[in-house]
Amino acid sequence: MTDAPKAMTDLIDLMARLPGLGPRSARRAVLHLIKKRGQLMGPLAEAMAQVSATARECLNCGNIGTTDICEICQSEKRGNGMICVVEDVADLWAMERSAQFKGRYHVLGGTLSALDAIGPDELRIPKLLDRIASEQISEVILALSATIDGQTTAHYIADQLPGVTVTSLAQGVPVGGELDYLDDGTITAALKARRAL
Amino acid sequence: MIEWREDGVVLAARKHGETSAIVEVFTAEHGRHAGVVRGGASRKMAATLQPGAQVDITWKARLDDHLGHFTIEPVRSRAQAMGDRLSLAGLNAVAGLLTAALAERDAHPPLYRRTIQLLDLLGEKEVWPLAYLQWELALLDEMGFGLDLGACAVTGATEGLVYVSPKSGRAVSAAGAGEWAAKLLPLPPVLRGQGDADDSEIREALGTTGYFIEHRLIKGSGDRPMPAARARLLDLIGRV
Repeated sequence: MTDAPKAMTDLIDLMARLPGLGPRSARRAVLHLIKKRGQLMGPLAEAMAQVSATARECLNCGNIGTTDICEICQSEKRGNGMICVVEDVADLWAMERSAQFKGRYHVLGGTLSALDAIGPDELRIPKLLDRIASEQISEVILALSATIDGQTTAHYIADQLPGVTVTSLAQGVPVGGELDYLDDGTITAALKARRAL
Repeated sequence: MIEWREDGVVLAARKHGETSAIVEVFTAEHGRHAGVVRGGASRKMAATLQPGAQVDITWKARLDDHLGHFTIEPVRSRAQAMGDRLSLAGLNAVAGLLTAALAERDAHPPLYRRTIQLLDLLGEKEVWPLAYLQWELALLDEMGFGLDLGACAVTGATEGLVYVSPKSGRAVSAAGAGEWAAKLLPLPPVLRGQGDADDSEIREALGTTGYFIEHRLIKGSGDRPMPAARARLLDLIGRV
């Protein structure tokens, strides 16, 4: 593959396994890192070692942090009686970027899928039910994908939560979206969720 | 290069590598058929590849037994089902049963037409459960396990039919059942196109069709379970 020493080819092989990278782009990245050894490679190696040693899943919500209970779950300010249910940690981070939601989260770890044999017990749904009982939750916001699997999961969770207000994110025209470019499903959803001005 | 083009319904899509997807569709002339969609894992394709979506499919492969590649264009979305739990459960049950019960590349044009008619009725809460029951009967019929509910298998009587034999799929009257009644399946009037067809009767009828689907179609083609989505649909009928 390359004339580089074994340590470097091993690094290239490992980098090539990352999402979005192939052998060619991994080789370019490694070469770039070697050229910027002082400014980039050293700090990167240190940061990776630190994250590798400390990263763990929050025992309460499934978020990724550096402690057994993540900062969001520990914060008393976030205990406002609202839980936002998301599929994945990436979705949690997206919600946090918006800085609009001030409650706590619950990461399911996926969606129900008959095809992949993923049932409620494979997700963190039982833990969610425990939390709703123990944390005096008054509203559950289901921030799940607008896909058949995502919405099937949302309806399933809603059925498990009698006595709690269950809401879901609105679906419709995205910011900057032009109607001409939207699929008919999105237009249908937007029309159903229309509101008075 | 072998090529065909046809309309179909998306049954399932599974990510393949970083950017592609293996998509399973149901078409009239090519039955349940799989193929690779390049770029199928992209956000742009996500809406098109949702189960139940009606699509225009072009399949190309070098040899007939190759998996081949699909080029897929949207024809009609079923996204309106996502807002309604009965429609969503129904859509999942239809896709799940077709995936589990049909042999690959086995053409079933009448069943395809019935499936499109059923999906077009999604959201019509008053008629959908009955339409779904009739679709399951059509599925059994198309696969060669149609129920014979015209006359009693024991006495030949055409009146007073209240059971279905789990062995033969034929109707049995109360008089003909005798001591075997406890081992027979119920035959509510709705299965013969009679009666009020209320939700409880439809649920009972779906219990009977479910027995034949599970034992003749699903377990008959391997040790597979009934799709969980069907149980969820039964749970919702009458409750929603």
